[in-house]
Amino acid sequence: MAVLMEKTFPVRAGAYETAGEASTTIKRTLKQLGVSADVLRHVSVACYEVELNLVIHSDGGELILQVEPEKVTLISRDQGPGIPDIGKAMTEGFSTANEEARTLGFGAGMGLPNMKRNATEFDIQSEVGVGTTITMSFALKA
Amino acid sequence: MTIGEVKEILEANILIGGERMDEPVETACGSDLMSDVLAFVKDKTVLITGLINPHVVRTSEMLDITCIVFSRGKLPSVEILEEAEDCGITVMSTKMTTYTACGELYIHGLPGTKKRAGAKEE
Repeated sequence: MAVLMEKTFPVRAGAYETAGEASTTIKRTLKQLGVSADVLRHVSVACYEVELNLVIHSDGGELILQVEPEKVTLISRDQGPGIPDIGKAMTEGFSTANEEARTLGFGAGMGLPNMKRNATEFDIQSEVGVGTTITMSFALKA
Repeated sequence: MTIGEVKEILEANILIGGERMDEPVETACGSDLMSDVLAFVKDKTVLITGLINPHVVRTSEMLDITCIVFSRGKLPSVEILEEAEDCGITVMSTKMTTYTACGELYIHGLPGTKKRAGAKEE
């Protein structure tokens, strides 16, 4: 399927002040493209969660937005540190977030399960010392 | 219920969005944990929180939350208010605690969010 649009947003590790800016831009971009409010909310929530994860947990990475006629895809790719136990990380309530993230109201161990719940398709690949890639797609209803 | 009625019930001061008093709200959520807000909230929701930082506004924008009420008389910074203005979110401050504010809205007929926000049923 032809990719109508692709945009890459770099996300810095530990940049709590600006965390969410990529998600805000992505939401506004998709809104301009006419994506329905319902789908838009699912994409936005998952996007914000994954962007926060990059800020809180990664050594830095990027968010890639791809728009196709029938779906929106979000790819989060980082340069480490990788997740030792994905099963554990996907469990609600399990969190390795630091105090700073918790002070801001995050780190409750809801992020990954919430992404999976909002996405139509969800895939996570991770290798310790290499990095983590999360791919989420969202079907665009006619 | 309208945002204007929320203001009256909570005896709140409007900080941003005084022109949106007629907008409807359907549910409310009281939490200082944005992780929970992201997992449970739907649109046309009032968020009551004692947490003050820009992520309260960013979380609200992602979820299409239309109104934020800061409890216990807390006042957000100008930067936070500007961000809310940009997003078209109404912001108010009440002297009530989060618990009391939630209770007042509930007894006046505004229910909580029951269903999880998500594409798939569990």
